[in-house]
Amino acid sequence: MSTHTEITHNHAAGDAGEHEHGGTAVNVKTLVALLILTAVTIGASYIDLGNGNVVVALIIATIKASLVVLFFMHLRWDKPVYGIVAMAGFLFLGIFLMFSLMDQDTRNYYLPQNVHRTEVPLTPGTAPASLTEILPDTSTPATAAAPGSAGSPAAASPAPPTPAPATPAPAAEKK
Amino acid sequence: MSTTSVDLPSHGGHGEHGHGLGDPHHQHHFATMEQQFDTAKLGMWLFLATEILLFGGLFVGFGLMQARYPREFVEAHTHLVRWQGSLNTVILLISSFTMVMAVQSAKNNKKQKTSFFLVLTILCAFGFLVVKYFEYSHKFEEGWLPGKFYRATGDSIPGSHGYATFFAFYFMMTGLHGIHILAGIGLLSWILMRTRRGEFSHTYYTPVDLVGLYWHIVDLIWIYLFPLYYLIQ
Repeated sequence: MSTHTEITHNHAAGDAGEHEHGGTAVNVKTLVALLILTAVTIGASYIDLGNGNVVVALIIATIKASLVVLFFMHLRWDKPVYGIVAMAGFLFLGIFLMFSLMDQDTRNYYLPQNVHRTEVPLTPGTAPASLTEILPDTSTPATAAAPGSAGSPAAASPAPPTPAPATPAPAAEKK
Repeated sequence: MSTTSVDLPSHGGHGEHGHGLGDPHHQHHFATMEQQFDTAKLGMWLFLATEILLFGGLFVGFGLMQARYPREFVEAHTHLVRWQGSLNTVILLISSFTMVMAVQSAKNNKKQKTSFFLVLTILCAFGFLVVKYFEYSHKFEEGWLPGKFYRATGDSIPGSHGYATFFAFYFMMTGLHGIHILAGIGLLSWILMRTRRGEFSHTYYTPVDLVGLYWHIVDLIWIYLFPLYYLIQ
């Protein structure tokens, strides 16, 4: 609540009491800025930027979050200790996120045989498609039926090498 | 009760004398009202930091699963209705504004204005839940449900676990956020009652301030939830 900034502000400006920090005008401006940024982020989502869409959305969200924290939550004027606590939360979240994404993004570089996992997840429905891509010889049912967990849909349609006919099989299997 | 000077209880340097001592809200184990206020506020911020970590873990999990099932997630995103998410964003932003106005009014001894803005905030919270109700019922009807409950048909990768995973995260994160909104309604009503009873003044408005902080963090979480769920297609 009390900061040197505020004290000097009151002395310098000689404002009446209601104009401590924030005040109605600042709150209205913050709200308008937040609403404009919401419109911007909705508008930006209609432009196809590929992976950039997520980045743009997160940057705008972070600007909005900063406005909320600084002006609505009064960190702009508060004692620094509250800001430090809040930043500690974000810092540890950042560390958590960074290492998780580093793990996720670099896995396949070092395990080339697992590259297909990012494109085609190992699920009952999609396993036959990926197996036909990896294994050139799909005529022998023994190889297709070999993997235990993904075995049943693969065994259900071992003959067709194209993934299209394989689609009804998992759909039928799904209860 | 002077409204012209800013002698809040928390003002170091000046205005300390006369306040705190004799204030019915002043607890004996705090030296001053300022110390009492700062202690409560620091505790609230520590709680808010754990809230960031609570939702942060879910965001990280969501990101990892999005990387694992990119096609299913993008397809599942299209099942969410943009205008409903946008409307809820606007509702929450407005409610954050009314909340900060309520705190400001409480700080300035304006009981009527405080009640007015608190009622508006509560109405916004209910509006948010009404939109959420329509969203959820649509998902229930279509079978877009989490995990093993998923029974929607017509996916482009039939049988993939990606869709059920997406909706597990969707319901977990928006549901947990919705529970926070419900808790917020309870807290706001409690604050409203105490305001009506005239318990707050410029020397003591700590609960209003702290509930305000809570309400803003709920808004802040939605600021991230909204683009990540509704705007990625």
